[in-house]
Amino acid sequence: MARTMAEKVWAEHVVRRAEGEPDLLYIDLHLVHEVTSPQAFEGLRLANRPVRRPDLTIATEDHNVPTENILAPIADPVSRTQIDTLRKNCSDFGVRLHPMGDIDQGIVHVVGPQLGLTQPGMTVVCGDSHTSTHGAFGALAFGIGTSQVEHVLATQTLPMTPFKTMAVTVNGSLNEGVTAKDIILAVIARIGTGGGQGYVIEYRGEAIRELSMEARMTVCNMSIEAGARAGMIAPDDTTFAYIKGRPHAPQGADWDAAVAHWQSLGTDDGAAYDHEVVIDAADLSPFVTWGTNPGQGVALDGAVPAPEDFASPAQRASTEKALAYMGLQAGTPMRDIRVDTVFLGSCTNGRIEDLRAAAEVIKGRKVADDVRMLVVPGSMRVKEQAADEGLDAVFRAAGAEWREAGCSMCLGMNPDQLKPGERSASTSNRNFEGRQGKGGRTHLVSPLVAAATAVRGTLSSPADL
Amino acid sequence: MEKFTVHTGRAVPLRYSNVDTDQIIPAVYLKRVSRTGFEDGLFAAWRANDPEFVLNKPEFEGGTVLIAGSDFGTGSSREHAVWALQDYGFKAVLAPRYADIFRGNSLKGGLLTVVLDEQVIERLWDMVEADPATEVTVDLERREVRAPGIAESFELDDYTRWRLREGLDDIALTLRHTEEIDAFEARRASWSPVTQ
Repeated sequence: MARTMAEKVWAEHVVRRAEGEPDLLYIDLHLVHEVTSPQAFEGLRLANRPVRRPDLTIATEDHNVPTENILAPIADPVSRTQIDTLRKNCSDFGVRLHPMGDIDQGIVHVVGPQLGLTQPGMTVVCGDSHTSTHGAFGALAFGIGTSQVEHVLATQTLPMTPFKTMAVTVNGSLNEGVTAKDIILAVIARIGTGGGQGYVIEYRGEAIRELSMEARMTVCNMSIEAGARAGMIAPDDTTFAYIKGRPHAPQGADWDAAVAHWQSLGTDDGAAYDHEVVIDAADLSPFVTWGTNPGQGVALDGAVPAPEDFASPAQRASTEKALAYMGLQAGTPMRDIRVDTVFLGSCTNGRIEDLRAAAEVIKGRKVADDVRMLVVPGSMRVKEQAADEGLDAVFRAAGAEWREAGCSMCLGMNPDQLKPGERSASTSNRNFEGRQGKGGRTHLVSPLVAAATAVRGTLSSPADL
Repeated sequence: MEKFTVHTGRAVPLRYSNVDTDQIIPAVYLKRVSRTGFEDGLFAAWRANDPEFVLNKPEFEGGTVLIAGSDFGTGSSREHAVWALQDYGFKAVLAPRYADIFRGNSLKGGLLTVVLDEQVIERLWDMVEADPATEVTVDLERREVRAPGIAESFELDDYTRWRLREGLDDIALTLRHTEEIDAFEARRASWSPVTQ
């Protein structure tokens, strides 16, 4: 019977199936960070259980990382305790850890792929909802809670009920200046923040095939913002070329065997999805959010909507609430919105291609006087590569701050935060109330829009420069 | 995990949809390494900034059943959201729809998240706002929510219901199948990557 990619990967990982119970699913790779793991390790200790497969587990420090003075002790004692706890747990349980100061430290979803640990057909989990990123390789990758982190540490499995499948097909090619971020923001605006609930989304079509691996990660990363636990893209030559030669990639005869297997993973012709969405790439343009959830987005060419633009009372109410929080008037052209801060980074857009794209725009220009721009590489390897390419000099010359690797201003857990009432253009993934700091106001944008906005001080695309 | 069979308590009407886990508990509270004591972080920003927020109203103090709008618990996977609700005293949440990760976390941890029709939620909101002393019963035995003039059945799969009623630890259940996990590991591809 014809099957989708998600169904194939699921079937290959079923350890046990019994009537009336969830499937017991094997987990190939478990990524760990400091925020969602302490209580899980504590649970193991209390029950006197070991980590079953430390060799399928890897940890890094990211959420609490101060991106300045990364080698100094963390000033906030609570953050420092959380980092120290991770270090002790990894040492006690034999888990490989890349701590601050290590060249392989960085955001967990940047580190896995760059080490070659994320490969097609795998099951990948992490106590972090943006684990969906790894689906860009054709892996079934999804975020889990701390109870499940403990479950995977103890058993290397998870009891799971199968997802439904959704295809999002993007036909045609993207226009100049339109990026992966614009695709996914448009998808979320189209299907809503709950539209993907219960589904794994498979992204397909010409525009997806034409994306680089890093751009595919941006798309899959924000599947969760559409409510989907996981996003996937069928592995192809772009995928294989990205993985080949990385530290944990298969080699020699193993490589050939792996590629042969990976090529069998794509959705079969005639396989049925539970739901399908079709988008025409030609209709897409730079996209930005105006509200307080990622589905509240509009084309940069558009304007802030009014509550009465929406049909349902719930949407009207949430629009009203969002406009009040964001301090915006309905009808304001998006391009007239002035920002204080531009944040370039995160697991959504903190990879080398994102930095290159923004640097290309900002090269030879200056960040506007009243704007602060933070450039935060997703990992220390990305930082190193960017420095080798001279991108750090480009950003510094423009007046941007060049930082160390971490989650930074994507969420308010480290010193990089907005002050109450401050407004940002941010390449991260969530514009929730207070997400970037108490009272902060967030507009989600692509790296290209971030760079152009930094120069002009108002939401802009490179075409406006 | 505490067993869940039948719970009766007063309710708190939260008339918002799309409540994300950053609102349920802001990131700053996630730095702790303990498993308890998260009640101070629950809806911290709304409690601090909005005197009209439902949890700031004395008449809803001590409520144990949260009645929320659609898409409750979107966003971050933080299980701290479930812990904060439980530490504050909530035993059950009623809403038309939940984000997947939040729902999974809640049912792992013994916070019963019940899906009810939007119209039923509206009726419960109206009723509880009119009389905050109204008691709501969440009956897992009969898979039914009851309040004066309301008896609505809800769906929950037999396996999850059994786990919640018995208060069973998932890990202990899985460890009964260690031989099957061993057998699966023996047939994994030799080129599957390892971290060490």
